[in-house]
Amino acid sequence: MSESMMTLHSLGPAVPEIYLAAAICLVLLFEAFIGVKRPGATGTLALLVLAVGAGLTVAFADVTHRVVLFDGSYVADPLAFVLKLAGFLSVAVALLYSRTYLRNREILKGEYYVLALTALLGIFVLISANSLLTVYLGVELLALSVYAMVAFDRESGLAAEAAMKYFVLGAIASGILLYGMSIVYGLTGTLNLGRIAAAVTAPDSLGVVLAVTFIVVAVAFKLGAVPFHMWLPDVYEGAPTSVTLFIGTAPKIAYFALALRLLAHGLAGVTVDWTRMLMPIAVLTLVVGNVVALVQTNIKRMLAYSTISHVGFIILGFVAGTASGYAAALYYTLVYVLVSLGSFGVVVLASRKGFEADQLSDYKGLYRRDPLLALAMAMLMFSTAGVPPFVGFWAKLRIIQALWESHDLWLVIIAVVMSVVGAFYYLRVVKLMYFDDAPQTLPPTERSFGVRFALGVNAAAVLVLGVLPAPLLDLCAHVIH
Amino acid sequence: MHDYLLSLLIWLPIAAGVVVLLLGERNIVAGRWISLLATLATLALCVPLWRNFNTHTAAYQFIEKAAWIPRFHAYYALGVDGISMPLIVLTALMTIPVVIAAWDVIKARPAQYYASFLIMEGLMIGVFAATDALLFYFFWEAMLIPMFLIIGIWGGPRRVYATIKFFLYTFLGSVFMLAALIYMYVKCGSYSIAAFQALPLTLTEQRWIFAAFLIAFAVKVPMWPVHTWLPDAHVEAPTGGSVILAAIMLKMGGYGFLRFALPIVPDACRHLYFLIVVLSLIAVIYIGFVALVQQDMKKLIAYSSIAHMGFVTLGVFLVYAILRNTGTTHGAAMGMDGAMVQMVSHGLISGALFLCVGVLYDRMHTRQIADYGGVVNTMPVFAGFMVLFALANTGLPGTSGFVGEFLVILASFKANFWYSALAALTLILAAGYTLWLVKRVVFGPVGNDRVAKLKDLNGREFLILGALAAVVLLVGVWPAPLLKVMGPSIQHLVHQAVATKIPA
Repeated sequence: MSESMMTLHSLGPAVPEIYLAAAICLVLLFEAFIGVKRPGATGTLALLVLAVGAGLTVAFADVTHRVVLFDGSYVADPLAFVLKLAGFLSVAVALLYSRTYLRNREILKGEYYVLALTALLGIFVLISANSLLTVYLGVELLALSVYAMVAFDRESGLAAEAAMKYFVLGAIASGILLYGMSIVYGLTGTLNLGRIAAAVTAPDSLGVVLAVTFIVVAVAFKLGAVPFHMWLPDVYEGAPTSVTLFIGTAPKIAYFALALRLLAHGLAGVTVDWTRMLMPIAVLTLVVGNVVALVQTNIKRMLAYSTISHVGFIILGFVAGTASGYAAALYYTLVYVLVSLGSFGVVVLASRKGFEADQLSDYKGLYRRDPLLALAMAMLMFSTAGVPPFVGFWAKLRIIQALWESHDLWLVIIAVVMSVVGAFYYLRVVKLMYFDDAPQTLPPTERSFGVRFALGVNAAAVLVLGVLPAPLLDLCAHVIH
Repeated sequence: MHDYLLSLLIWLPIAAGVVVLLLGERNIVAGRWISLLATLATLALCVPLWRNFNTHTAAYQFIEKAAWIPRFHAYYALGVDGISMPLIVLTALMTIPVVIAAWDVIKARPAQYYASFLIMEGLMIGVFAATDALLFYFFWEAMLIPMFLIIGIWGGPRRVYATIKFFLYTFLGSVFMLAALIYMYVKCGSYSIAAFQALPLTLTEQRWIFAAFLIAFAVKVPMWPVHTWLPDAHVEAPTGGSVILAAIMLKMGGYGFLRFALPIVPDACRHLYFLIVVLSLIAVIYIGFVALVQQDMKKLIAYSSIAHMGFVTLGVFLVYAILRNTGTTHGAAMGMDGAMVQMVSHGLISGALFLCVGVLYDRMHTRQIADYGGVVNTMPVFAGFMVLFALANTGLPGTSGFVGEFLVILASFKANFWYSALAALTLILAAGYTLWLVKRVVFGPVGNDRVAKLKDLNGREFLILGALAAVVLLVGVWPAPLLKVMGPSIQHLVHQAVATKIPA
């Protein structure tokens, strides 16, 4: 197919984005005329939009070919299909979990859903980016939507502070990214990632190293890797928990895509440069994330540092610098999103009107108050710790395997030692829920059937994918060549 | 049925556990009976396993193989040989007293208690039955979760500390083994244990892999100096938890050495055997002394377990000492036989002793030796059992405890006089701490009013202690069937253990 031919049919691969952009306009109009009178209706519509979107993505999926559209700026490949489907599903689940939480805090407004959908559109643009311009477009669309979501609770000073911090640091990161991109453009004269890959082949040349440095820093910032992680715990803690749930999940898919498209694809010729830079970042991220998480008393902060440590594992997959490593990182990312949806979901569901279940001590004796929630959380915690029979085990296994394949003995040792350190604070959550007695004062948890059912499915998926890991492992290996 | 016998052994108890869990605490009467029936059925399944076991071959039997993760050539592959089969039977056997002992003793969340043990049982049998390293590791790690909950929920006052220490210790050990397994997979493209055993490895590689195995298995055995989790875990665990911990989980370390360390990294084992021998002797002697000074009955038995497991590791690694000193492997099989019998025997005896302590604890709610005295006056039948198991623990001829220790000491004579002299010290030490325990708890005048009010064993307790006593005596006087079952596999293992795998 010629890249410039623009028939209606040739737009098929871009259906998810086109559909989503149209749907956002629809949701916005719906909110303006109907949603304002019936709070919650827009949320239902948004869920419907996401469900139909997932269906359309599957219907228009071409899982064998790689199609480049829009003059080389846009790519639809099997990887993009998988990531977009994961994006639809994870945003849908995140919005489903958040509903009561938003209502209780009187921020159940249509704009929340519109912002979530525009963020998702940004994620999609990033996933399918094939030129530096598209990458930047996606990054900004996602980031701006998320800044607004963090500040969504106007009354909360903490949220405003978090949003401000996020915005300022995010803007710096965007600037660094742009700067790196401009050097690449200066060196190669093109914005197209494929042509950049063909042109940038000389490692250790000063210009390339400079460009790679800036891009690596920007990617590390977006992922929340140490030492560019400072924003992450503050934002996770300060944002409304439903927003924490949102930014802790779907955007990670986008930033995985960012790293893959920019580094593993666009700068494939100088893999040796950026793997060398990512290696210390990965080690620092693992160590700092796990060690600092040990001393947290706020569960949102603890999960934030836990996120950082997982980012360390994902980066290790990139450090391996092989297709196997990227497939491992993809698998880890998808597993991370699945598990985080559940664990942040529990934090959302345990909160009530006027009560944030954000302290670890709020989970004392959760087993007695709500066995299902406690069981789900225990499964999710064991999974994050990497204990079989849960899916988190396979994610760690894949990363270690990729590291062995590239003969990184010391990285393997650091990774396994850090996973033991991490186990401690996940176990502590289980301990609080199951071994401690509940104080009398804690309010009941969310009881709505649909949400609890979704959480049950979420936790069951963690177990089923853990016992039968082959399909997802195969899928990840298949879409990464 | 024989085609799926091992799968049934694994999944029947797990399925029963899930059913009990779903029935919940309200239907606990049904849950209890289902648990008992499931454990009895699991033991019944061991009958065809034992009867149809071919004692003339070292090859895996009752083989099952199904695709699990085709991409990694990892299979749901099961099979047993003479080393794993007796341990599976031991597992099936020892879960029954746990269920019966809890009958009306566990009042808090009984359904979850039974479910945890049933799921544990299936996972433990899975560890012994797996012939694929990834599947083995899967069961090996999954087992930690129920045990973590058992100690943490139904344990004593310091249960949280004990259970987190237990989990982290074993987890730390295991992850290094995982790294080693993945390394070998990357080298040979398969997770089959047989493929690992056939994989040539340089001495440097073997040393690293040996170190990883050593950390994993030494923690589990446990060997001095990584044993400190065990006394804590035992003291805090509920009776059933202690029984399973001592009877089965410790055996996994010994099993790991036999199945993984010796055949996969034989050259490293040959180079480093002295380290294991020394650590084993320290466990036997030093920990024996430590056991002498304990004030808490469970702690005493826990230390005694460490000392007895020292015999297992000693017996396993004697093959290299014998090879070095005599140039042949005559007698090496005896050492391994001894180690295996010791594992089975210790499983029975330590389990029984923990059940005895449980019987006392249920009545008096204390484990301190000083709170007892003269129990024989009020509980004569119980005293009889306790004395029998205590004597078995000291290695009295006629009990199962004698056979294993005797074989190991005999084999160690072939290696080095001093090994056997030091190892034989245990006969004195074990007699010292065990008999002193019995003297202080069971004999003498009635210690206090509470002891005076004790009631003797009820039918349920009599049944389990009586059955275990019978097995202990049976293995003691007639160990031949057990040795016959193990024979070819041990012979094969001796060959593997002394063959070199360094690529020419």
